[in-house]
Amino acid sequence: MKEEIININDVSFAYSKQDVVKNITLTIHKGEFVGLIGPNGSGKTTLLKIMLGLLEPNKGSVKLFNKPIKKFKDWSKIGYVPQKATNIDKNFPATVQEIVLMGLLSTKKIPKIITQKDNQKIQNALELTNITNLSKARITDLSGGQQQRALIAKALVSNPLIILLDEPTTGVDQKTQENFYKLLAKLNKKGITIVLVTHDIGRITRNVTKVASINQKLTFFGNHKEFCAKDKNHPHEHTLCIHEE
Amino acid sequence: MIEMLTYPFMQKAFLTGILVAIACAALGTYLILKKFSLIGDGLAHIAFGGIATGLLFGITPFISSLIFALIGSISILKLKEKTAIHADTAIGIISHASLGLGIFIASIARGFNTDILSYLFGSILAIKDSDLILSTILALSVIAFILLYNKDLFYVTFDEESAKVSGINTNFLNSMLIILTAITIVSSMNVVGLLLASALIIIPPSSALQLKTSFKKTILWAITFAILSIIIGLVTAYYLDYAVSGTIVLINTLIFLIIMTYKKFENYFNSKKINYSNS
Repeated sequence: MKEEIININDVSFAYSKQDVVKNITLTIHKGEFVGLIGPNGSGKTTLLKIMLGLLEPNKGSVKLFNKPIKKFKDWSKIGYVPQKATNIDKNFPATVQEIVLMGLLSTKKIPKIITQKDNQKIQNALELTNITNLSKARITDLSGGQQQRALIAKALVSNPLIILLDEPTTGVDQKTQENFYKLLAKLNKKGITIVLVTHDIGRITRNVTKVASINQKLTFFGNHKEFCAKDKNHPHEHTLCIHEE
Repeated sequence: MIEMLTYPFMQKAFLTGILVAIACAALGTYLILKKFSLIGDGLAHIAFGGIATGLLFGITPFISSLIFALIGSISILKLKEKTAIHADTAIGIISHASLGLGIFIASIARGFNTDILSYLFGSILAIKDSDLILSTILALSVIAFILLYNKDLFYVTFDEESAKVSGINTNFLNSMLIILTAITIVSSMNVVGLLLASALIIIPPSSALQLKTSFKKTILWAITFAILSIIIGLVTAYYLDYAVSGTIVLINTLIFLIIMTYKKFENYFNSKKINYSNS
């Protein structure tokens, strides 16, 4: 049995008595590429924030790497690319290198001095995401796709075992999306577990190994093929499974 | 210039002024990017209540204003945290309450109106040694904190949620930013006065942000502009007898306008160049 990375047990969450997620139980194992899908307002981002400890569930429990989330300290194992990825303040003064450096801070102690070894890690992350030539560029001068790559490099620089991405393809063109999904598939092949949140079922990559579909409750959680078998009854969800036919 | 520096009061004024400038400009860069720059103004109003209370009860105004600013900054944080009130409203309520208290005390104790003016407009060349030393120590502690936590502050400023996921204590850093602003406002009170204290927090970083460079260079430029304005302010005060605080703020405004104009021209010529190469 593969190592459990995230374990969510009977989790519910409500914003001022309005249920957002209800009784969700799921486990994400090492090496999986999970597509967390559902319509707008279905509770995907809330569930992701619960997985990351940014929100505390009203009911149920969350474990990261088999540890209760409140006792979990090894945050360098987790890379996070927030929804903000395509919505950076246009006046923010930071180069790609400075942004990627932020990803190393979870591994260091105050005063968090950056060593030669750290600079090498930054270079490696930039190479992996294919943006080495942009290291000195200001993040706000880049295209949406390049900004995404920079934020993924930030998430990757601490050599995490899992990366969670919240709606990363919002507002980017089709070609950038395809390249982006290729990058995620490459990272997954390297053994990194991936959780990708998207509302757009038509755009999710077929590289996912598991699909978790939620609409407040978990409506489906299983592998890609099972999802596509079910998908035949739902023509609007066809794009994900088109290559399976 | 050299002769001016032979006087101990000028040496102290330069030292304190430069340290205060560094603290204000560095802190201001984070505050502006967090869209929280007017907290400085609010804390200056709170400190005014402290000065009036200090003068009324015979407490050193520097100490009483520091106590007021610290209590005020913590109250703003608590009001924001414990109620549904937004940060700007919390600042408005507490700062105006303290300002009202200051004006009330000043009106019932008319005798110290002249003293109050020196705190409102600054008097770096005429203040007591003890106040200068305290200003220097406070500015140094702010600088030391920023040096230690600059990378975490940078991360929290860029994206608070991701910083939290990285295990950074974002609540601590946000609280410290406000507490340090309170300390910085009080320590800059002697240099530019309470009325203009937040100018050193807002204007130099705003000038630096227009240069559109890296974060590190933005902070360094902000500090450079702030120091430059302090030096010019003190030199003109010494030779021409101009008001130091007003000159410092005007120099900063001038730097801001020069950079803004330069950037406008640069953008105009760049767009012309692109149009020319496309045609």
